[in-house]
Amino acid sequence: MSATSIPTTEKPPVLPAKKKTREIEKGEEFYRAGQWQLVWWKFRRHKLAQLAMIVLGILYFTAIFAEFVTPYDPLHRMKEYAGMPPTTIHWIDAQGTFHLPFVYKPVQARDPETFRPIYQEETSQIYPIKLFVHGDPYKLWGVLSSDIHLYGTDLQAEGAVIPVFLLGADTLGRDVLSRVIFGGRISLTVGLIGIALSFVFGLVLGGVAGFFGGLVDEVIMRLIDILISLPQIPLWMSLAAALPQDWPQLRTYFFVTIILSIFGWAYLARTVRGKLLSLREEDYVMAAQLDGESEGSIITRYMLPGFASYIIVSLTISIPGMILGETSLSFLGLGLQSPTISWGVMLQDAQNLQAVSQLPWLLWPVVFVVIAVLMFNFLGDGLRDAADPYVT
Amino acid sequence: MLNYILLRLLRMIPQILIISVIAWIIIQLPPGDYLTEHINRLRASGLTVDSAEVDRLTKMYGLDQPYWGQYWKWVTGIVTQGDFGYSFTYAKPVNQVIGERIGMTFFIAMLAFIVCWGFAIPVGILVAVKQYSVLDYVFTFLGFIGLAVPGFLLALVLMYISLTWFGLHVGGLFSPEMITAPWSWAKVVDFLGHIWLPVIILAIGGTANLIRTLRATMLDELRKQYVIVARAKGLSEWRVLISYPVRIAINPILSTFGWLLVWFFSGGTVVEIVLNLDTAGPVLWRSLMQQDMYTAGAYIVIIGALTTLGSLVSDLLLAAVDPRVRFGKMEAA
Repeated sequence: MSATSIPTTEKPPVLPAKKKTREIEKGEEFYRAGQWQLVWWKFRRHKLAQLAMIVLGILYFTAIFAEFVTPYDPLHRMKEYAGMPPTTIHWIDAQGTFHLPFVYKPVQARDPETFRPIYQEETSQIYPIKLFVHGDPYKLWGVLSSDIHLYGTDLQAEGAVIPVFLLGADTLGRDVLSRVIFGGRISLTVGLIGIALSFVFGLVLGGVAGFFGGLVDEVIMRLIDILISLPQIPLWMSLAAALPQDWPQLRTYFFVTIILSIFGWAYLARTVRGKLLSLREEDYVMAAQLDGESEGSIITRYMLPGFASYIIVSLTISIPGMILGETSLSFLGLGLQSPTISWGVMLQDAQNLQAVSQLPWLLWPVVFVVIAVLMFNFLGDGLRDAADPYVT
Repeated sequence: MLNYILLRLLRMIPQILIISVIAWIIIQLPPGDYLTEHINRLRASGLTVDSAEVDRLTKMYGLDQPYWGQYWKWVTGIVTQGDFGYSFTYAKPVNQVIGERIGMTFFIAMLAFIVCWGFAIPVGILVAVKQYSVLDYVFTFLGFIGLAVPGFLLALVLMYISLTWFGLHVGGLFSPEMITAPWSWAKVVDFLGHIWLPVIILAIGGTANLIRTLRATMLDELRKQYVIVARAKGLSEWRVLISYPVRIAINPILSTFGWLLVWFFSGGTVVEIVLNLDTAGPVLWRSLMQQDMYTAGAYIVIIGALTTLGSLVSDLLLAAVDPRVRFGKMEAA
């Protein structure tokens, strides 16, 4: 372990041929680049991870500005359009004339055989889809009052909403896309906050175990072994079931993240400990010790930068687990509850197979969960490669 | 080897103890205690419960004692009589409720396990040998999907597809008319017609993970010099593969026995609930929804004990094939 050299003396990474000339000019720059600069350069070569970053960026952007980018309030029930399939966007009207994208007014009818509502389009008048339309009023982040939505049709027309349900409407006539985006606000942040909590636990306990060693190490590691060897989901379910149903939404949300992070810290602590153990053997740490640096300062100033990249990677990799944890808990009715909107809560509607077979667009949250999880996996993979100084 | 086995067995004791403590905490978590709940239920159903009866029940469950006393009573009940308490959701002793179903959960996990290994080992070796081939990319891609799509979402989507495309209700372990029928050839066929879906759903995630692990280890091994030497000696490519790199690459796979079991139990719980199987997972769910905590606690203890056992088997297997583990540190390899 002590024989490993510090990253800066490593040979430069093998670069793809087409960039060669540019990179050679950068040669001097390469040797002077800091750790994070090197990581970034390597990360940029990982195409899938970059795609993941862009997709996740879009997901988080829409989640942050959910009120604005969604056409309707996620709780707005348009009873006359309950269970409506995704709206067809038209470019050419009944007369064959070209227009910018528009929709027709849907009219509910009954299927003569099954008596289920079906929707027909009233092609006499077109309703263009406009940007920045006035709609349901909202307060962005509880501060900025507005009623401007990214897209939609004019509300005023005939005094009723002509709906643009890009992903259809649920059984109560709420826009599925609006709900998916608002759901992302909860589902995507549960992971982040859960990770932040695991981070604190994991860093402290893993750090203590790795730095002091001996009995402390033994006890903490055994505890981690046991936690990791337990099936998480049943335990999550049991803990979440203890949350009182009448709690305010925010408190339930917070406690769900705590429950999710109960196991997350164990993996992180193990990574931190392993890294600390190997770093402790490094010559530069011994040099610092001989210089009379305090233990706290050695950890934070010398060792922390050495394993920060590993922490980031293992954090990224544990986010999808937490997203899935929240989804399964809420799906089973043990985590967040309606009217809170999360992907798991939305999928509760999909538990009824009969409903899903009629309104398959209720399964859209599945697609978003899978995309989010997949992208975090790609991002984690890219970061892992980029953060490892020994892989070129 | 004997030393190793003994040490490993000793290590299980604190593990199971801690699991029991965790389960106990879970039982105690919901506000109010089990007995009050139980008595309220009895009263609600029209039974009169006098104070002498309450006292008797209080004594029986040890609720007059401090927490550790209650815990002790609960644990000794489990160890000496296999008594996990009483489930009011099912109106039966917990060990009966879970005992009837845990076997099926375990059976499904075992089948998933066989599918997992049976598929992942040959494919993992194949994609490592044919690195960067079309097959490699296909399985890498499928592997990512398999890891990212959790079993219960897959179950949901598959149920939807089979209902709308084939008009089949795939949930459950048996067709409705078969549930109460005695075991017969027809029932076995019916059972096999239902069991494959949960088995495959469970196996997919694990398989994806195994293929990835196996591919990585195989690639590492294939680059080593002994492989070149073996080839230079003129061994057939097949012998080169099977005799050396595969033998080494199989070790981490053996150690997956433990965590695969955890994986199956963990993800399996929700899959079983979605597919509405009459197994242990839905028992946990139903009892949690009713705050029937003794049943939930028993589930945690049993599943915890089974996974501990799984990791024991996996460690012993590993020790049997890999001398480095037997003679070196316990954590080696």
